[in-house]
Amino acid sequence: MKLVTMAAAAALAVGLSGAMAEPVKVGMITTLSGGGAGLGIDVRDGFMLAVKQAGNEDLEVVIEDDQRKPDIAVQLADKMIQSEKVDVLTGIIWSNLAMAVVPAATAQGKFYLSPNAGPSVLAGKGCHPNYFNVAWQNDNLHEAAGAYTNFAGHKNAFILAPNYPAGKDALTGFKRFYKGDLAGELYTKLGQTDYAAEIAQIRASGADSVFFFLPGGMGISFLKQYKDSGVDLPVVGPAFSFDQGILQAVGDAALGIVNTSQWNKDIDNPANKAFVEAFQAEYGRLPSLYASQGFDTANLLLSAMEKADVKDADAFRAALEAAEFQSTRGEFKFGPNHHPIQDIYVREVVKEGDVYTNKIIGTALTSHADAYWSDCNM
Amino acid sequence: MSLILLIEQVLNGLQFGIMLFLMAAGLTLIFGVMGLINLAHGSLYMIGAFCAAAVAAATGSFVLGLIAALAGAAIAGALVELVVIRRLYDKDHLDQVLATFALILIFSEGTRWIFGSFPLFLDVPDFLSGPVTLPGGIEYPLYRLTLIVVGLLVALGLYLLISKTRLGVQIRAGENDREMIAALGIDIAKLYTIVFALGAALAGLSGALVGAIQSVQVGMGEPVLILAFVVIVIGGIGSIKGALIGAILVGLTDTLGGIFLPELLKLFFDPSTATSIGSSLASMAIYILMAAVLVLRPAGLFGARA
Repeated sequence: MKLVTMAAAAALAVGLSGAMAEPVKVGMITTLSGGGAGLGIDVRDGFMLAVKQAGNEDLEVVIEDDQRKPDIAVQLADKMIQSEKVDVLTGIIWSNLAMAVVPAATAQGKFYLSPNAGPSVLAGKGCHPNYFNVAWQNDNLHEAAGAYTNFAGHKNAFILAPNYPAGKDALTGFKRFYKGDLAGELYTKLGQTDYAAEIAQIRASGADSVFFFLPGGMGISFLKQYKDSGVDLPVVGPAFSFDQGILQAVGDAALGIVNTSQWNKDIDNPANKAFVEAFQAEYGRLPSLYASQGFDTANLLLSAMEKADVKDADAFRAALEAAEFQSTRGEFKFGPNHHPIQDIYVREVVKEGDVYTNKIIGTALTSHADAYWSDCNM
Repeated sequence: MSLILLIEQVLNGLQFGIMLFLMAAGLTLIFGVMGLINLAHGSLYMIGAFCAAAVAAATGSFVLGLIAALAGAAIAGALVELVVIRRLYDKDHLDQVLATFALILIFSEGTRWIFGSFPLFLDVPDFLSGPVTLPGGIEYPLYRLTLIVVGLLVALGLYLLISKTRLGVQIRAGENDREMIAALGIDIAKLYTIVFALGAALAGLSGALVGAIQSVQVGMGEPVLILAFVVIVIGGIGSIKGALIGAILVGLTDTLGGIFLPELLKLFFDPSTATSIGSSLASMAIYILMAAVLVLRPAGLFGARA
């Protein structure tokens, strides 16, 4: 399962800019098999699309599958650092895997660009000059969901998330912005597929709305069962249960549900339009937010390669901090802890022809930074 | 905690248990009759769900999807038995575990090749969707009630098959003494293929029925497989009755434990501590149940052999 991809041999980039051109080797560790494979495949496809478009032959990417297992991710990272001699690591989807890999990799002087996972520790006390998160800090989309719930006038929310670190970050993030009362707060089992018991509790709780964070297959199960239960309270969630990959499996049960995201395919800027078109042309499906994150990560890296030599770590870091690339999110900038400061949008699930997708209906938080940057000393 | 909520949760536990029974029945038959540990049983569950989703998407009919799930899983089961499992009967359990684990990987990646990495769509058919109001004002999804009824009918059918038919006599005899029934002129190889295909079909049916309210994706079978093993250990290996009772026990313990343990702990701790300790304890509840059953009855509730 190893895929070594050499960037296409279009010699365009050579000699265009002043900084010349030690080759950069990137190690991508992501989830390509098992239950969470859809997310890793989208990140990989988004990343490789940007690499292909750039045609920069100094960029080499090595891709490996972590099978969503922390021990395998650690082995792969060791192998990539020691025998493949990569300069930059990227790709990890899950926060528990990121916590196992990132601190060790950055301590060895490698750069790590996160296209997804943003655990709170790495944004606060555990931040590192060589760690950049191009997606979001874990709490961000949930904070936006809390803010939206206030805006929608709900006063008594029932909230639930899986019992693992990102689930706790989610409910913490929601409660940081939500001002009403809680009708109930539940932690479910990670990987749980039957939510009948939780839905019965929601029905009995007297809540006026529901917030849930159940990524991937868990969200599909919850939404289908929720619709079938006859409980018709409004639902709010982060984009992770409403991304392009899983909406088709949820079907009508998702229609009209409001969710929060830092990206959507209808964000109006030329880079995003071009990205959505190119992604569809290349892979024959609509991109998800994960794909946009992979695409932005690669373009950030390419922009830094234009300006500095990866062997000169300080110059390369400064080039990454400048983040001078065309993001699919429009304006893009990093905060002092190398996490994005960005707008978080409110989206609604709609049907376009036969395809379920999202439409932006508003902005929940503007120029939003995470809550942990003040704990970061670097 | 109202009575209505309690009854609703008991129904949920019952429904979960009965779906587990469909998985566990096949597993316990195969384990009991052939002495084979089949880790790939979860893959047959997945195959059932994918067959149902593909056929339901192509034809628009959920019932055709169910038939496809039964047929697809039975055919896959029979093929696996003929090609792989047949060579494993006289091997020890470690070889069987290794070989059937390899089958899990092959089926998972094969399914990914054919259907891709993204979950498939399979929905409850219109005539079964939405809630119904039960006596006492309990609103309960019609589809889940249907699952309970279908599962009980399958249990009844299995009981009749095992106790009243010639095939049932052979299966029971095969559990007790396989050399003797071979000596009596019964084609034991054919019997094994039939039992394996029957177990596979039950797993496929369960996958398709549950797939409609959960997510049809690669790897969906393995969590259920673990629970099914817990069920047959509790019920006693080889016993269909044990599988039914064990499955309902596990279903009720898991569902009710998840609700009442956090509520109970709220009497002693503040709500957020109670919620997190309670959820952790609830995930352990069925394993504690299994350990308790094994201490009291090492062969399981209805197990014949120790």
